[in-house]
Amino acid sequence: MSTEVEAPPSGRPAITTPATPARKNKSPYPYWFYVPAAVIFFVFFVVPTFSSFFFSLTRWDLSTWEFIGLDNSVAFFQESALITGLRNTLIYAVVTCGLKVVLGMLLALLLTSQIMARGLLRSVLFFPVLVSTIGVGLTFTVLMDPSNGLINKSLALIGINGPAWLVDPKFALLSVALVDVWKGVGLATVIFIAGIVSIPREYFEASATDGASAVQRFWKIILPLSRPAITTVIILALIGGLRSFDLIWAMTRGGPGFTSDVIASVIYKQYQAGFYGLSTAGNVVLFLLVTAIVFPLFRFLTSREVDQ
Amino acid sequence: MSTKRHLWLGLLAIVLFGVVFFVPFAFILFTAAKTQTEAGELQFSLPTTWALLQNLKDALAARDYMLIIAFINSIVLTVVSVAVLVVLSAMVAYVAQRRQSRWSGLVNFLVLCGLIIPPAVVPTVWVLQSLGLFKTLTGLIFVEIAFGLAFCVLLFRAFIASIPRDLDEAAIIDGASPTRLFFKIIFPLLRSVMVTVIIVQSVAIFNDFANPLYFLPGDENATVQLTVFNFQSQFNTQYNLLFADILLITIPPLLLFLFLNKRIVEGMTAGAVKG
Repeated sequence: MSTEVEAPPSGRPAITTPATPARKNKSPYPYWFYVPAAVIFFVFFVVPTFSSFFFSLTRWDLSTWEFIGLDNSVAFFQESALITGLRNTLIYAVVTCGLKVVLGMLLALLLTSQIMARGLLRSVLFFPVLVSTIGVGLTFTVLMDPSNGLINKSLALIGINGPAWLVDPKFALLSVALVDVWKGVGLATVIFIAGIVSIPREYFEASATDGASAVQRFWKIILPLSRPAITTVIILALIGGLRSFDLIWAMTRGGPGFTSDVIASVIYKQYQAGFYGLSTAGNVVLFLLVTAIVFPLFRFLTSREVDQ
Repeated sequence: MSTKRHLWLGLLAIVLFGVVFFVPFAFILFTAAKTQTEAGELQFSLPTTWALLQNLKDALAARDYMLIIAFINSIVLTVVSVAVLVVLSAMVAYVAQRRQSRWSGLVNFLVLCGLIIPPAVVPTVWVLQSLGLFKTLTGLIFVEIAFGLAFCVLLFRAFIASIPRDLDEAAIIDGASPTRLFFKIIFPLLRSVMVTVIIVQSVAIFNDFANPLYFLPGDENATVQLTVFNFQSQFNTQYNLLFADILLITIPPLLLFLFLNKRIVEGMTAGAVKG
């Protein structure tokens, strides 16, 4: 690295451009470097985000709009299917986030201990993170088939009568959440591993001399000192969970009925049906939900970090 | 004593990981290699006759080689978006890190917004339509760039902070213009973080489903994820072909994983922990 740094600038013919005096006032870090990215970000992200607040108050067909005030939001909250969507979004986010944190931490502890084939196990665990969500969703839809699926057949072998998973209204959302955890727990685990590995060895040595048990070591050393990693996993998993769409759409499309609809799938359904104003109102609801949960949580978690 | 416990724990872990994480992928491969009737039974078993190549051929040939066109679309989308993302976000991160002013505060705020705020779908369609970019690959490329910028700037900025300023000053004294300083001297030094950005974004964009669904609808120019999803209804009696499709879209990440596993894990954790 350092040899590369030294090599290029020396040995070049020095002054090639004329306007030497003018350059004294000019910063070598020109603001126009912001411009191309700023234009794209502004046009395709900032403008839609801001205009969503306006269009959520209209009846809209993309070319003409009619101002109807809060009617969309009222309609959104009156439709019971949409309330279900809101509740499901929260359940989905909390369940996936909670399971990813707990399982991820347990797996990270396992994969930082002295067990065999550690590297291989880490790789195997991480691979699903890279695989297409659609591919995973379609595969598990088949594996979770109530009568012929591999999961229920295996459960039957050990005498358990498996639930109907995606077909059962009570289990549909949780089934998708479980697949989400299966796919995403590898990322949580590698972040936790990075956190645990960065803890200085002296702490463990000191605790060993003092005769601390493994349980004490976890609660008193590993957990407090890997707090930044835990913060990251919680925030990432919550944002992902609240916004999730791909897996749910691939596996149930919100069904059976509306029992596994989340806000993101409601937004898509309203869009497909041509209710653009209503769909955008859904987007605003999602926006408010995410910011209302994530920003304060982020503050809270990072402020406790400073206290350490 | 404790080594014996570790041995058992290790064996148990290997078996459990095998069942939970390996079986689904084996299932994809086996089903993709079966004949239509055998695949329809949804059994987890080795195929009695291996028809993998034939199935892959049939899956690719279905609906006038639509999957091949989709692969080309997906590759163009991924390559162009990631290339532009790398250059633009490195430029932003460089100036934001080197030149502290009220603008860098704004950049930080926008990066945070870009990471957290869910994109507004229909207004984006509206913007694309006003620009004549709706249902075009170009439009989708712009969208992917806009949505990916925040994360890339974050990664680049953390890395640029570790490049000494002395280097900039030496180059300036030697008479390098700002553009030259950045593209000839700083940019090549970003190679290691660039690999991370490229991998993470390629995986995200290649696997993206929601954005193509919204912004590039229609059969003729779909991406692979969308095509495979649409095949689901067409192939619901031909599980062998459906799984041949799934196998095909799993191969690119698998190749990446086999060659660059360490790099990917490093990059994802570095980005996440600093974020």
